Amino acid sequence: MSTATADLAGGHAADGHGAHGHSADGHGADPHGHAHHPFHAHHFDSLEQQFDSGKLGTWLFLVTEILFFSGLFVAYVIYRTTHPEIFEWGHVHLNKYLGAINTAVLIFSSLTMAWAVRAAQLGQKKLLVTMLWITFACAGAFLVVKYFEYSHKFHLGLLPAGMFNPVMAEPVAGHDATGHGDAHAAGGHATGHAADSHDVIHGPPPPPGAGIFFSIYYAMTGLHAIHILGGMALIAWLAVRASKGHFGPTYFGPVDYVGLYWHLVDLIWIYLFPLLYLIH
Amino acid sequence: MSEHSSHSAASHEHGFAHPMPVPMLLAVFASLIFFTILTVVLNGAVPDFLELPVAMLIATIKALLVMLFFMHMVHDKLFNVFAFLSSVIFLGLFIISTLVDTGVNQPAIKEYRLTTPLVAPVQK
Amino acid sequence: MATVAEPMLAHKHEPEENYLTCSSGFLSWAMTLDHKRIGVMYLFAVTASMLLGGVFALLVRIELLTPDKTLMDHNTYNHMFTLHGAVMVFLFIIPSIPAALGNFILPVMLGAKDVAFPRLNLASFYLWVAGAIFFLMAIAMGSLDTGWTFYTPYSSSVISGSQAGGIVAAVFGAFILGFSSIFTGLNFIVTVHTLRPPGMTWFRMPLFLWALYATSVIQLLATPVLGITLLLLILERTLGIGVFDPALGGDPVLFQHFFWFYSHPAVYIMILPAMGIISELIATFSRRHIFGYRFIAYSSIAIALLGFLVWGHHMFTSGQSPLATVIFSALTFTVSIPSAIKVFNWLATMYKGSISLATPMLYAQSFIFLFTIGGLTGLFLGTLAVDIHLHDTYFVVAHFHYVMMGGTLIAFLGGMYYWWPKITGKMYNELWGAIGCLMVFVGFNLTFFPQFMLGSQGMPRRYYTYLPHFQGYHVISTIGALVLGTGIGVALATLLWSLWTGRKAPANPWGGVTLEWTCSSPPPLANFEKTPTVGDPYDMEQVKWDAKTESWIPRPVSERTGNSASH
Repeated sequence: MSTATADLAGGHAADGHGAHGHSADGHGADPHGHAHHPFHAHHFDSLEQQFDSGKLGTWLFLVTEILFFSGLFVAYVIYRTTHPEIFEWGHVHLNKYLGAINTAVLIFSSLTMAWAVRAAQLGQKKLLVTMLWITFACAGAFLVVKYFEYSHKFHLGLLPAGMFNPVMAEPVAGHDATGHGDAHAAGGHATGHAADSHDVIHGPPPPPGAGIFFSIYYAMTGLHAIHILGGMALIAWLAVRASKGHFGPTYFGPVDYVGLYWHLVDLIWIYLFPLLYLIH
Repeated sequence: MSEHSSHSAASHEHGFAHPMPVPMLLAVFASLIFFTILTVVLNGAVPDFLELPVAMLIATIKALLVMLFFMHMVHDKLFNVFAFLSSVIFLGLFIISTLVDTGVNQPAIKEYRLTTPLVAPVQK
Repeated sequence: MATVAEPMLAHKHEPEENYLTCSSGFLSWAMTLDHKRIGVMYLFAVTASMLLGGVFALLVRIELLTPDKTLMDHNTYNHMFTLHGAVMVFLFIIPSIPAALGNFILPVMLGAKDVAFPRLNLASFYLWVAGAIFFLMAIAMGSLDTGWTFYTPYSSSVISGSQAGGIVAAVFGAFILGFSSIFTGLNFIVTVHTLRPPGMTWFRMPLFLWALYATSVIQLLATPVLGITLLLLILERTLGIGVFDPALGGDPVLFQHFFWFYSHPAVYIMILPAMGIISELIATFSRRHIFGYRFIAYSSIAIALLGFLVWGHHMFTSGQSPLATVIFSALTFTVSIPSAIKVFNWLATMYKGSISLATPMLYAQSFIFLFTIGGLTGLFLGTLAVDIHLHDTYFVVAHFHYVMMGGTLIAFLGGMYYWWPKITGKMYNELWGAIGCLMVFVGFNLTFFPQFMLGSQGMPRRYYTYLPHFQGYHVISTIGALVLGTGIGVALATLLWSLWTGRKAPANPWGGVTLEWTCSSPPPLANFEKTPTVGDPYDMEQVKWDAKTESWIPRPVSERTGNSASH
């Protein structure tokens, strides 16, 4: 999907290179009077028309992205309605502080991205390049945190339903029968309260179908992470172009389009965070 | 074509850029961080039945802030806003219509699970 | 003043080069960004897919000549009908009119130089190619026998062994084809919004463009859901995520909801562009202003939106809740209203028209006849009580073939004949065109009408064998299929033959007044030498027949009565 954004953003960006295999000037008079901008594609009358087209295209692409994620949201809602117990059991194994940190990282990257768009619009080349690389670094930081979250869960056997095999702590004799298990789970749901407890899962055994929570968790965050990766590629591409001085007040479209995409990735995470990490 | 001729903001020469003021960007960022902290703090602190509505309300406020300012919706064409919001409408349609059907199959699925031994996961 | 200028227009010199001759060599096609060349590549690709899907169909029909083994065993038969459905739906019907004819015609009809994103357009084509390659891989890797709908849990956990690879490859192929379709739709919407020349207001757009626009809206809103559904199915098979697998606590009926949330709107992706073509053909060959222009335009949008509200009618017998069933049944009937509006308007356009039965018009007439039968039988299936009896019988098979094939394929052929002179610059042979059309029409009815009988008597679809008393209908149907196959062969051969023997096509062989007829045949690379002036797209008075050049030429303003735009 993300490569498609590159096509969308690059669609007119590179048309000026004469890749059509013909000279666009050979046909009729140039209807626009001003000097030909190097990234002005021949089938647009003006740079503004070109920008508007790219912008509409980007918004429509974001629509398809939301509907692409929609299936996962529907799956979430359905299973949360029919099997609330698996969400209650599952969510305590997600570390809400790591989730919150990642949320902050993404929000900060959104800020730098929005700032990058402003810099592009004002032709502030140096600031633009800096902002883009900061955004890129934030995206990387997000993925590093995600990596630690994933590997911890892999370690505990908290995997998608088909491979779900949680490593449970040895039950203390009569522990569950006395009802202490529930109290323990309620009290200690942050995963990291003791060093040795990292290796096993404490608390009540998983209810039937608990793996589906992790299926949905991995599907949602995994698809989101793929979008982060795609965004990183796009941002790196922008940064390289920006350092060549491609962008300015009349041509900043690609920065704007990638910015919109990046904010959408942030937007989806804004919902994923409470839905997966916080809700009981 | 017809869209941008009717767009009055494009008054000066190449007036299709609307740079966001830096203070505004910083203010939006600060509010987003505030709401993130708020939602974490409120988690577990409000009654159970309010948990979901409160969390979703805060998420929606954050989403609106991102859309209006970071995504420049305040300066964008009405059609772009409409197009984007239509995705939410169709998302809602998808969720609600499917939800109407929820629960009908659950007894049958449960029975299937209880009577059928768990097959080994498909791994190829 | 105008009368002085216009005779010059009539004899305007032919441009020295057109989009076909401006460059040559393999790369000039493979790397082209010209929407016309991309359209032609699609045209070849989807027609080849149609022939492939047609071969599978004929094998299925021949097998059904007898209740026992005729050609193949039951497993092979299951593969054949699955491949027929999957190839026809994903590789042919969905891209047929929008991606092939639409790509060529949309910018020209609009008066634009190209689509908004030429690179994305080429990328869409290569996504289609990649999807097609995955389908071929699926066939090579043990094929698939799930039916084109990939229902779970059969597709997710029952199939194993040698077929496991085939299903993943096919599902991934459909996933990629979905993105091809999305990007085409996105491109068209942006093109219509931002590249209209001065004077081309929304209500001066030809109805084919309205239809393509409505189609694109569906492609954009529905196809991503197919993408995530197929992705989840792949994850189900590779990781066992359990969302659709009852063995892991999942709900297989949920897959059907997901699938039909896309696939029901997708049937309007298939039929809406066909309706758009018919609107053009009926107006041009009746020499009358289209009747109820705005009604036809709005009905396209209405169909696109209503199409999202009715997917549950595919699941009346799937264990859907009674409440959902009743709602979906009621909503299903609403779709018939805009569809009927279109049919009435076409009929009203022809009334007192000066009808010429050129081959494209013959296809348009076939369309109206077949689509009406297909549409009306859909009402039976939308009725809850009747559907319990008819569900998954040959009645359903006949119904959707009347719409999909009698509708879309017929309109595709009609559109191909209509725009063939524009695309290739050659006129085909009218007699052979008409013979091909007649064979298609007769063969089609012979194939599918008996299937209504079979279905109403209870013959289930997809079965390898049947009770002896069904054999008569099956034999008629198989004979019809052979006639139909031959007819399509004749139709395509007539077109291909024209490339060598056809006379050179004039700019406007039919008297159409939409913009594509104002540029030469074939059009120059940039479509128009100067930005065209836009008028009423159905004011037939704008042109008159010129016997000397055997083509239609602009009518001088002084000769126009100004009354023909009677709407």
